[in-house]
Amino acid sequence: MTVTEAVTYRLGEFHAFSAGSRRFLYLVPSGAIFELDTAAAAIVDRVGQNELSCDELLPDLIALGLSPADAAEVIDDLHQAHVLVSGAPAYEPTQIPPADFPLQTLVLNLTNQCNLSCQYCYEFGEDKVATPEGKPKFMDFETAKSSVDFLLEQSAGRRAVHITFFGGETLMNFPLLKQVVGYAKEQATAQSRSIDFSLTTNATLLTPAIIEFLSENRIGVTVSMDGPKEMHDKLRVFANGRGSYDILEPRVRALIQNHRTRPITARVTLTAGVTDVVRIFRHLKDELGFHEVGFAPVTTSPDRLYAINDRGMDGVLGQFKILADEYLEFALRGEMHGFSNVSDTLGELHQGISKSHPCGAGLGLVGVGPSGDIAPCHRFVDSDQHALGHVSTGIDREKQAGFLNRGHINAKYDCHNCWARPVCAGGCHHEAFVRYGDTGHPNLHYCDWIRDWTDTCLRIYGAIAAHRPEFLDYFAERKGQ
Amino acid sequence: MKHLRAVNQKARRIDDFVTSAREDVVGLQGPPPPPKMRVPMGCTLIFTPGWEVDSAGGAAGLCQPLERDIYDCYVDCYWPAQVPDHLNNSADWASKCASATKDWRNLDLVFP
Repeated sequence: MTVTEAVTYRLGEFHAFSAGSRRFLYLVPSGAIFELDTAAAAIVDRVGQNELSCDELLPDLIALGLSPADAAEVIDDLHQAHVLVSGAPAYEPTQIPPADFPLQTLVLNLTNQCNLSCQYCYEFGEDKVATPEGKPKFMDFETAKSSVDFLLEQSAGRRAVHITFFGGETLMNFPLLKQVVGYAKEQATAQSRSIDFSLTTNATLLTPAIIEFLSENRIGVTVSMDGPKEMHDKLRVFANGRGSYDILEPRVRALIQNHRTRPITARVTLTAGVTDVVRIFRHLKDELGFHEVGFAPVTTSPDRLYAINDRGMDGVLGQFKILADEYLEFALRGEMHGFSNVSDTLGELHQGISKSHPCGAGLGLVGVGPSGDIAPCHRFVDSDQHALGHVSTGIDREKQAGFLNRGHINAKYDCHNCWARPVCAGGCHHEAFVRYGDTGHPNLHYCDWIRDWTDTCLRIYGAIAAHRPEFLDYFAERKGQ
Repeated sequence: MKHLRAVNQKARRIDDFVTSAREDVVGLQGPPPPPKMRVPMGCTLIFTPGWEVDSAGGAAGLCQPLERDIYDCYVDCYWPAQVPDHLNNSADWASKCASATKDWRNLDLVFP
């Protein structure tokens, strides 16, 4: 004999959004996006804050013209997808990434020296975490070789791996960059694997020969640049205070014109007074010709003069939304717009990513300083406090576990009732350390901002999914293989 | 799922999972299965001696002969072994086997 108890349903965890007349749910923590039909939407509205049984819900559906069997199926669909939940919340054990998680990306800081003196620099500025005293200023070839060997050895099972060259100013050690590209390609080929490269630079040292090398070797280039001259020169200055715009502008134009094998990206740091996102985007995309432009507010303690206050961040969000709407218009025509902040978020939403950690730092990605010290990412390079080992001896698993456990979403209680946690996971470890002195602290200063921005991107995603779904194929390929 | 359209890749995976789970058997230990006609099946629901080994680790000293199992396949149909079809073609296959423990030798091969 079977005894059935009356099951009551309440709403599960999700963020509802709409695009046009269509209604969607972004489920948390799975990161799945479902579109509701009329019947499913009616049930979500009906349950609201209540807890209702099947018998209480069925009449609503039958009133909509559904057969009893169909009506039961609506409720079952919603229950199976966890839009409706019943019973006590299930205990979900913390999922720790496997200890032997294979590396995907190595960020190689070829030098910690730079020919610019940008005030906000996280490597040399007021909030720096690096302790470079007594350490090599330039990486040597032996250390670089060990780093490449370390990457290939620690990335077992991956078909393709990636090296990002970083600094300091990366091009101040261009001879080493060339050597590393040669050596890494040789080693990867010997193992029948592929390796690709990218670099971040301030562009002031670009020459035609360097551009040719970068293009020939399909090296992706990101230029740190803050906009038109009056904005760029505010903080991106040489040691004597002179702005760097006039030096880099012709070099950037030459780079975009002659480097044809990979898209060229600009990466903008927003600071107080440099928040005219639309103007900056127009300049970099339309006037200089960058293929992609991405923005990030400066990482800083809140009392610095160049820190953006809350009102400033609201303004940034407003401008982001203008560009996001433009992005949607482009996407509906099947064209790429170039606003990276939207593309990056859409890519994560399309996969339905649900992060245990905000990024791959210390997991699939590590930074290596000129000395060969391993750091969670390039932002922690040369910091004794955050070092995770050395390329010659490998990753210190205990320190790595400490870093990862602190940064795990389950350790961030403030995040546990936030619907944006599948994509945010508490935000940048480095930002958290600068703000709160703890890499595992959730970045509470931008929670509202992240939720608002994620909602904006979800609505764009919904509109694209409804009207031009084939555009999303662009995001279908997973980054890590 | 009919009333939820999977939009992103994760939703598609959930949809696939739910669909396959619906069309498959459900575990009786889990949460109550969706309201739908189901038939309990499985060897833990009935006592069937003969699947064990004896105290010496062999099959000679079992309380019921090992061969009795084949009769179980015929009656309960839960073991994926080839046994005669007792509904249509071999309705009388077990007619000489009133008590499996005693008469199992009367269960014979069937030649179509």
